[in-house]
Amino acid sequence: MPSVTYVSYDGKSTTLDVPLGTSVMQAAVLNGLDGIVAECGGSCMCATCHVYVREDQLAKLPEMELGEDAMLDGTASPRRPNSRLSCQLVMTPPMDGLVVDLPETQT
Amino acid sequence: MVDSAVPGTVVIVGAGHGGFQLAASLRQHGFDGRVVLIGDEPELPYQRPPLSKDYLDGKIGLDLLLMRPAAFFEQHRIELVSGVAATQIDRVAKTVILADGKRLGYDHLVLATGARNRVPPLPGIELDGVCYLRNLAETEALKQRLAACRHAVVVGAGFIGLEFAAIARGKGKPVHIVELVDRVMARVVCPDTSAHFAEAHRKAEVEFSFGARIERLGGDGGKVSHVVLADGRDLPADLVVISIGVVPNEGLAAAAGLAVENGVAVNGELLTADPNISAIGDCASFPSRHSLKNPVRLEAVQNAADHARCVADRLMGKPAPYAALPWFWSEQGAQRLQIAGLTTGFQQVVLRGNYEAGEYSAFCYAGDKLLGIESINKPADHAFARRLLGAGRGVTPEQAADESFDLRAAAMARS
Repeated sequence: MPSVTYVSYDGKSTTLDVPLGTSVMQAAVLNGLDGIVAECGGSCMCATCHVYVREDQLAKLPEMELGEDAMLDGTASPRRPNSRLSCQLVMTPPMDGLVVDLPETQT
Repeated sequence: MVDSAVPGTVVIVGAGHGGFQLAASLRQHGFDGRVVLIGDEPELPYQRPPLSKDYLDGKIGLDLLLMRPAAFFEQHRIELVSGVAATQIDRVAKTVILADGKRLGYDHLVLATGARNRVPPLPGIELDGVCYLRNLAETEALKQRLAACRHAVVVGAGFIGLEFAAIARGKGKPVHIVELVDRVMARVVCPDTSAHFAEAHRKAEVEFSFGARIERLGGDGGKVSHVVLADGRDLPADLVVISIGVVPNEGLAAAAGLAVENGVAVNGELLTADPNISAIGDCASFPSRHSLKNPVRLEAVQNAADHARCVADRLMGKPAPYAALPWFWSEQGAQRLQIAGLTTGFQQVVLRGNYEAGEYSAFCYAGDKLLGIESINKPADHAFARRLLGAGRGVTPEQAADESFDLRAAAMARS
């Protein structure tokens, strides 16, 4: 099964199995991981599932839609070129091995 | 060293968004005492917004509805007491009494009791087929009814009624919405936005009766079969969804002698008159710096979760007045509504964007003061609105009306 590694703000790494079709946010919540809040439950409404994707892996991700791009301007931690909302990152085979850094705060 | 200000045992009554978040935030901040989370529903704490959206639609199951898996509560030493209601607070003994007779001592008690459905005093309200959409059990029942439904009547055109209507139409079910006032979501959005949403639902063949009063629900063999309006019309209905709002669960507090005022009365730090009892979320009546009129009581995930964070900070020795900006959202078919701020009491609305195309924002003002912004299929504006209003800034009505005005720059500027 594909996996994703989440690196918390204080540097702790957690690697989770993420089934195809499951979002990077959903896997974090299903496994009780701290650092991803997902207040709206994955509707791209709240910008509290913000992650920073490793630069060399950006091309493996689904393309950003307008709604996500817009809501990324509302994140609590600074938006960077590698910012994504993890509720929109639904696992596909090329995403296996993805590493995401969690921001200092989501709210 | 023991910090005597930090309570040893925190008991939370209510395991919805507010209660869950409080327990999680306490542990996140390193709280080392006991945390007991009491909920009267049997399930693990779950998220409510998807009930009227993806869950009712069958797009997600219970696993994705849960706030966190069972293991999370064990790992974080959150003692879950599920399926049992709290029935009494003994403030002198600092004890909560449960329906099964158990007694739980607390150093600090947090009431996160939420709200319950408003039930209209209509003849026939007890008939089989009359449904609600607030908790998981109600949603399960409604989901099953909907599958076999031939004619649905929705009572009340608020968020829940309209979200249900969109899902039901998506399944090809005829839907007729009966609303007492003259427009949809009248309590929360401006008339332009009401008109936009009513039109979107009409295009999906939802029928509306505005300014319509229901006389009674008619039945056949104990099952609802039609809805009789005061104007004499008779609407066929084998499913009736009651969505006319909620009332706060304040009985526990009132019986304990705490002040209630459309909710449990709390101060700017969400504390009741009893220094050992706080109230958060849908059940709390609190002063908001974002409201023209106070106190307010809000029904929203953001409000519940931010209240919880504020109280967790206070219990950990970092008190601060509650100041978070309220925001809300609704998804109705392809229509997305996002609201930042509290627009109650607005006198002027400035529309920005393309209203005709259904991609716009409504800036609501009282005088020159920007109260809030409704964004319809315009998430960028909503992100900017949250930054602007959250920082206590605004834009003038003239700037809002000027399409060449750079809203992004205004929002992203560091004040």
